[in-house]
Amino acid sequence: MGLQGRDLITIRDLSRGEIEEILQASRRMIPYAEGTRSGSQLAGRLVTLAFFEPSTRTRLSFETAIQRLGGRCVTIADPSASSMRKGESLHDTIRMLSSYGDAIILRHPNEGAGRLAAQASDKPVINAGDGAGQHPSQTLLDLAAMHEAFGTLSGLKVVLLGDLKYGRTVHSLAYALATFGAELVLSSPPSLGLPEEIRQQLDQMGAKVSEETQIHKLVRDADVLYVTRIQKERFVDAAEYEKVAGSYRIDREVLAGAKPRLIVLHPLPRTGEIDPAVDATPHAAYFRQAFLGVPVRMALLSLILTGKAR
Amino acid sequence: MSGPSPPRELKITPIRNGTVIDHIPSGLSLEVLKIIGVTEIDRDSTVSVALHVRSQKLGWKDIVKVENMELSPRKVNAIALIAPSATIAIIRDYKVREKRAVDLPDRIVGVLRCPNPNCISNQNEPVEPEFEVARRRPVVVRCVYCERQVDKFLPHLA
Repeated sequence: MGLQGRDLITIRDLSRGEIEEILQASRRMIPYAEGTRSGSQLAGRLVTLAFFEPSTRTRLSFETAIQRLGGRCVTIADPSASSMRKGESLHDTIRMLSSYGDAIILRHPNEGAGRLAAQASDKPVINAGDGAGQHPSQTLLDLAAMHEAFGTLSGLKVVLLGDLKYGRTVHSLAYALATFGAELVLSSPPSLGLPEEIRQQLDQMGAKVSEETQIHKLVRDADVLYVTRIQKERFVDAAEYEKVAGSYRIDREVLAGAKPRLIVLHPLPRTGEIDPAVDATPHAAYFRQAFLGVPVRMALLSLILTGKAR
Repeated sequence: MSGPSPPRELKITPIRNGTVIDHIPSGLSLEVLKIIGVTEIDRDSTVSVALHVRSQKLGWKDIVKVENMELSPRKVNAIALIAPSATIAIIRDYKVREKRAVDLPDRIVGVLRCPNPNCISNQNEPVEPEFEVARRRPVVVRCVYCERQVDKFLPHLA
């Protein structure tokens, strides 16, 4: 089954083969994303961005992807200006929007909003983050960053570091990496560990998962260090937060014992988890990762809207 | 000289028409009654409950008999969630006309509410809560919207 006309609500909507197809197509999109080639893959297409929650990076990278490929978009970026404020259900808003454009990209504060939108819409819906739930295009660009650096995902030793409990991106990333046979090392403060049900799913998939808290030990064996934000509001005690956040800070000293090819990824924005001095090291891949959001979304939109990505 | 009469088995009177829910795990019959909605049934009908009865299959079990009522599929699904071992017998004219195990469908619509308060199905959207069965033994279901997994059903019955 091709991707044309399909919804993308969770990363589980995609088979391993389909993820590979998107990653391959993303590589072909890089010159268009860099602006060294001009594209018309989405010419004549109109995409609706319905953002009911603030987001800069995701919204702009989708808009950039659409416009660089010759498509057009209309955007709801301020939920307070929309009819939702007047009490219209998401269901009705999406039903209406689906009659306007060719696809809908949705960001919404409630978990499950993506699935509901897909039910309400007769055009493809791409979930660009629903509450603490799913954000599949983020997972795809995380995978793209690893794949670009190593040429493969299977067998990679990936450390997931920081808030593994609430971090939206981490759960679907862990699932996707397990699908590709990567090895996962979990490292988090005790109160922010990976939820048991997700751990169980990984075990059921036969994934190789271990835990390690010693940061120097972690860094020594890793291929990828995926750092997430530790949010202050998760802690009752400010001093406790400082202690935990401090112990998960990545700086040049921590990276001194790393493999030369280790890459550091972060979904951004960072708030002190990675020392800016790391930016100048060959390990820093998080800005490249953020850039890859554009070609990945180009590939995704082309495949969903036109069935091809050339 | 007459000694004590030998202990007899169940003393619930047979019903003419209605439903017998058997093999309820011991202690759960009151929850089953809640699902059936005993206050809603015909006021001339009898409801009998046997608590803590010997069972070869379960060790101990509860039994519920309701006169003049057959269960809607939605109620059967709710019982299947909390008491997957239960069996349902339909009685007509004192005879068992139909007997089957409760059968949990792959999708459960409108029976449970999602325990995640931030789930879109708990907002004012025109949709019924819906779950798919993730595991059958023991039963674990997953919200089709927010993907929250649920393995405790009593507090969340709709």
